[in-house]
Amino acid sequence: MGPARDVAVVAFAQSDHRRRTDELSEVEMLMPVLHEVLDRTGLKTSDIGFTCSGSSDYLAGRAFSFTMALDGVGAWPPIAESHVEMDGAWALYEAWVKILTGEADTALVYSYGKSSPGEVRDVLTRQLDPYYLAPLWPDSVALAALQAQALIDAGDTDEPALAAIAARSRDSAAANPHAQVRGSRPQGDYLVRPLRTGDCPPVGDGAAAVILAAGDAARGLCERPAWIRGMDHRIEAHGLGVRDLTDSPSARLAAERAGAFELPHGLKGTGGAPTVDTAELHAPFSSQEVVLRKALRLDGTVRVNPSGGALAANPVMAAGLIRIGEAAAAIHRGESDRALAHATSGPCLQQNLVAVLEGEPS
Amino acid sequence: MPEVLSAPLVVEFPFTRSLGPVQSAFLTGLRERTVLGVRTVDGRTLVPPVEYDPATAEELRDLVEVAATGTVTTWAWNPSPRRGQPLERPFAWVLVRLDGADTALLHALDAPGPDAVRTGMRVRVRWAPERVGAITDIACFEPYESEEAGQPAPHTGEFTDPVTGIVAPARLDYTYSPGRAQAGYIEALADRRTVGERCPACRKVYVPPRGACPTCGVATDERVEVGPAGTVTTYCIVNIKAKNLDIEVPYVYAHIALDGADLALHGRIGGIPYDQVRMGLRVEPVWSEGGRHPDHYRPTGEPDADYDTYKELI
Repeated sequence: MGPARDVAVVAFAQSDHRRRTDELSEVEMLMPVLHEVLDRTGLKTSDIGFTCSGSSDYLAGRAFSFTMALDGVGAWPPIAESHVEMDGAWALYEAWVKILTGEADTALVYSYGKSSPGEVRDVLTRQLDPYYLAPLWPDSVALAALQAQALIDAGDTDEPALAAIAARSRDSAAANPHAQVRGSRPQGDYLVRPLRTGDCPPVGDGAAAVILAAGDAARGLCERPAWIRGMDHRIEAHGLGVRDLTDSPSARLAAERAGAFELPHGLKGTGGAPTVDTAELHAPFSSQEVVLRKALRLDGTVRVNPSGGALAANPVMAAGLIRIGEAAAAIHRGESDRALAHATSGPCLQQNLVAVLEGEPS
Repeated sequence: MPEVLSAPLVVEFPFTRSLGPVQSAFLTGLRERTVLGVRTVDGRTLVPPVEYDPATAEELRDLVEVAATGTVTTWAWNPSPRRGQPLERPFAWVLVRLDGADTALLHALDAPGPDAVRTGMRVRVRWAPERVGAITDIACFEPYESEEAGQPAPHTGEFTDPVTGIVAPARLDYTYSPGRAQAGYIEALADRRTVGERCPACRKVYVPPRGACPTCGVATDERVEVGPAGTVTTYCIVNIKAKNLDIEVPYVYAHIALDGADLALHGRIGGIPYDQVRMGLRVEPVWSEGGRHPDHYRPTGEPDADYDTYKELI
């Protein structure tokens, strides 16, 4: 069964992602992004039917920081609002459901992360199983490195191939003014072998926002809306030793349920057109792109991460929403007709969300 | 732009966690140098054990004992150990499938260097000298050539004095920076002044400023000095002494609208018996020696403010 209503991403905005933003509070960092995304549609806060955000207090060490961030939205008079302690891609999922069920016609989705106040490698250990894993403090790079070695042992990749992914991502990011790490740079030393600095995402601060709208409202707000044809998210067992780290069955299943493997929707569904022409993958580590390409059946015809992806800017809690925003923006600009957007959370791609976006023929 | 303020911020918490029957048996077993797994309905042995099958969600209680020797299924060399990790010198993170198990356990491997580690290598548990019933009772793994041990043996999971809970301490270190608006507020307090910020749209003055007007959703950027005197808009009488608080109860905690502010801030009222505090009372801040903010507010002696002058701020 397809969605009951047509829902589209009609606007996207993001901050310039930077290593530090000491001079700004979270709401001060977020507010310009909120204003920009509203300006793109001409909507005011009072026009928005539902507001949903994603963030995590653990990043900056600030309790209930999302309530402070709400000041930037203008939450008086009262608005319909929700928050997920997850990447904003999952906030977007909640907003999509809200519109599908007819509870709202428009939604503002935003997320932000300030990683600079703390040590994000240590902070992320607190999301692990508290009995068997967290007491050992295995950091996010270490866990990704275990996955990378498993891929190398399986013959799925090698260090030069990983370096090529890193180089391609940062070359692509050269054209992205928001990216934190742009253009070619050395791969650097091993951070945790087999991953070198270049295989790992930059640590930084940033924010993003998206506006969703249904049906004719979307057409009125955007010249070429990015219609959400399907969206799904899946999770795998938390025990790393239970999983096959070289594969991502959750990403594959989410993509299947989102319709990523089906032919385009009334577009050019005959003649062997590719199922998607663009993919924005949330792969913070170069090795994770190898896993996702296989799970999502992306071949050489698909443009992967033309924005530079998470290897060029990885504001934690916003990087997944940015993938959806970048995929939608490519459709808005007419550079893509059918795009796949992916977001992840947890160690070694534990949770995965896939959205399929389409533009109407011009 | 003024200098960016920053201060160390430590978040520390000792979570006390209960163990279910399976995790209790596993962690107690480690204390006794015994490694337990749990058998799934389809005959697989999960180590470390869980209480519900990750594939079917069926309840699992069928414990078995596996060997303390095993095989590395994947690894990663860690040249710069971080705080809290199992070894202070460079080591390998490893997933180890213990002999008799079908899944792998994450831990550290003590090895001289990355050239001494490979997938498929044989290892064994190195026990911590003092064991308490925690995953850290395995100090680490160490290289150990041996034949793979046989099938797992049934185990009751019963021990004398079982461990039923763990304390999981956590500490995260941050450098806190308050941002532009709050930094301005803190800097003004150093001169014993209170500043707010005015919203360019609705003209309201927010104290303390947070950088945004929650009504208009825009930046509040015009700095305004308010007070020092203000009006009690509402209050409560606190009768329970808080831990580590050196204030005698009962005392009064109040919302105070400083002159020129459109939002009340909160503070303690002193210099007047608690049962004589009232709405409309005019108060002024009292600073203690070296204090970073007003210690409390006391009556100014002026006549009470008219209700109509502060009713919008309650």
